[in-house]
Amino acid sequence: MYDLLTNLLGNQIVAYVIAASLPLIFVLTFVLFAVLAERKVSAHMQDRLGPMRVGWHGIIQTLADMLKLLQKEDIVPEGADRPLFNLAPLLTFLGTYAAFAAIPFAGIYVGSSTAIGIYYITAVSGLVVAGLLLAGWASDNKYSLYGAMRTAAQIVSYEIPTAIAILTMVMVSGTLSLMKISDMQTAHFWNWWILGGPETGIVKFLLIPFMIITFLIYYISSLAEVNRTPFDLPEAESELVSGYHTEYSGMKFAFFFLAEYANMFAVSAIAVTLFLGGFHSPIGYLGHSLGIDWLIPVEQFFWFAFKGTALVFVQMWLRWTLPRVRVDQLMVICWKYLIPYAVVNLIIVGIITLL
Amino acid sequence: MALKTEELVLNMGPQHPSTHGVLRLLVELDGELVVNVKPIIGYLHRCFEKHCEALSYNQIVPYTDRLDYLASMSNNLSYVMGVEKLMGIQVPERVEYIRVIMAELQRIASHTVALGTYGLDIGAFTPFLFLFRDREKILDIFEATCGARLLYNYIWVGGLSHDIPDEFVPMVKKFIKEFRPTIEEVNELLSFNKIFIERTANIGVLPPDTAINYGITGPSLRGSGIKWDLRKNDPYSIYDRFDFDIPVGEGKVGTVGDSWDRYWVRMLEMEQSLRIIEQAIDNIPDGDVHEMVPKRIKAPKGNVYVRAENPKGELGFFILSDGKNNPFRVKVRPPSFVNLSVLGELSKGYLVADLIAILGSLDIVLGEIDR
Repeated sequence: MYDLLTNLLGNQIVAYVIAASLPLIFVLTFVLFAVLAERKVSAHMQDRLGPMRVGWHGIIQTLADMLKLLQKEDIVPEGADRPLFNLAPLLTFLGTYAAFAAIPFAGIYVGSSTAIGIYYITAVSGLVVAGLLLAGWASDNKYSLYGAMRTAAQIVSYEIPTAIAILTMVMVSGTLSLMKISDMQTAHFWNWWILGGPETGIVKFLLIPFMIITFLIYYISSLAEVNRTPFDLPEAESELVSGYHTEYSGMKFAFFFLAEYANMFAVSAIAVTLFLGGFHSPIGYLGHSLGIDWLIPVEQFFWFAFKGTALVFVQMWLRWTLPRVRVDQLMVICWKYLIPYAVVNLIIVGIITLL
Repeated sequence: MALKTEELVLNMGPQHPSTHGVLRLLVELDGELVVNVKPIIGYLHRCFEKHCEALSYNQIVPYTDRLDYLASMSNNLSYVMGVEKLMGIQVPERVEYIRVIMAELQRIASHTVALGTYGLDIGAFTPFLFLFRDREKILDIFEATCGARLLYNYIWVGGLSHDIPDEFVPMVKKFIKEFRPTIEEVNELLSFNKIFIERTANIGVLPPDTAINYGITGPSLRGSGIKWDLRKNDPYSIYDRFDFDIPVGEGKVGTVGDSWDRYWVRMLEMEQSLRIIEQAIDNIPDGDVHEMVPKRIKAPKGNVYVRAENPKGELGFFILSDGKNNPFRVKVRPPSFVNLSVLGELSKGYLVADLIAILGSLDIVLGEIDR
């Protein structure tokens, strides 16, 4: 995309800025609707209506909330470490947003078509932990501290099964580039990696169950990484009030909120890219059959957003169905189940690919 | 060199989402482990007992509403029974039937709040709203009867404030029909959810002898496997006429007396309450709902202690009369207050998250603890 823009505009810096802010537009719109969707989804699951007053069926409720947050007084607690306190929400959002740079939204658009996309994403997501830890530490609040400690333990632990699941995918696909992984799963949905990918014959059929396991391991640990129920311990409302962001108000709080929802989409987008065909259509392109070239990227973007949103919906569904696990059970799930399964799975997939 | 460490003192409450009101818990924590818990109460103290000494017997009734504000009907009943016993009043059959139906509806309403908020404590939001949806129907019945939704002031000395409206019986029947599926729904969604069981089974085990030593009553006592329910063991009103069971904790998924058992006993009790209502609703005799009681009640000299099985446990009223218009002394034995006293012993050595689960399973109401 950056190259395309450079050619188009003839100016590198402008091209940089535009290429970097395109995902921001997407993220902001996504969050705007995801927050509303969460409230509507939860409401309808619970026999309620949800927001109904602001706009038709509350459609601009999030906008109203945002305006309210903008007007709020920006309170910094007396004992807080001011620079760190201010830095934390920024760092958290930065870590989340940086991941979007390597996610291919469509055939023609990826922020940076680096050859080590997935590796880069795994690395920058680590920034999020630093942000949350800072928030917890700088707030000078015991609940925040507990929340931050839990977050750090949780995210660092769950990065391992996530990384092993990603490694499995890297191994079968033979590349770290998300664009290349996406392009391997083109044409039809039976080419998706969750269904054995472009492999043929017996290997494909042997791969299917293990690919599904890999997907589940990735999805479960990604839930923990974005602190969603049943792994939402860092902000466990009934125990820790709101965990690390207890002391935050106004726009700084909004940044945490933004980061949370952006992160939800980011992990779903990675799952889509790795397992569910990325931006490719499961049923072929209308643009191909009609012979309209510009329609294809639009369709690709639609499919990408659609699949990503579908996974986000599952996250919401789980949140409004399940209770929360306890901190020791969380670690048991990770260290006693997910990591061993992931490692064994990695070995088996390795053997199958050698066939 | 070993690092010097000390316990972290965490002030949970009085403003905290899971302390069920304005309870303050002074928690000493070693990492996430609870070393010591000290409940600090009194944030809702309203001098109820002292206040009673300046009020006439009828004027006290609305104040009893505010004790356990989730079970106002039951509080009314318990207090009114005391005054009636003191004065030797026998209320009409119709009144007794309506009182029992009201008390049992109130028990269901109180248990829905207890179970719903318990799910909320564990992190499940949806069962809470499912249960509240049905509690709403009970409140509608109460509203149709006496106009109030929370603080009813309905059961008066010698009778009731109003007779039941015509739509009362169909409304109750409709509620019974609609509530049974909700129980099943909540069982599927919460009671037998793997995560919920993991969180509550074997947590906060209350052995029967400890429970008795602390004077625990109500579902929390029965969760420990002790079959003690005043409706059966010391029948009051007309409870001896109905056929119902006393569910006790059996350690179905863990140990007898764990948090899950206390939760499950409440779940089963709702079904038993439905059974009582079903038996009573068709047999309400005709008649007046006001026994002839003078406007200014003058109780004879003497004292009386009555107790009734409230949703939270045994609610006792001690009323001492010196023959004047006002009682000389009123003492309340609030079940929540007694039940809360065991929290410190129950939660030692568990994690913070378990502390919340244990507190929730005791089902306390601060209006009653602080009075």
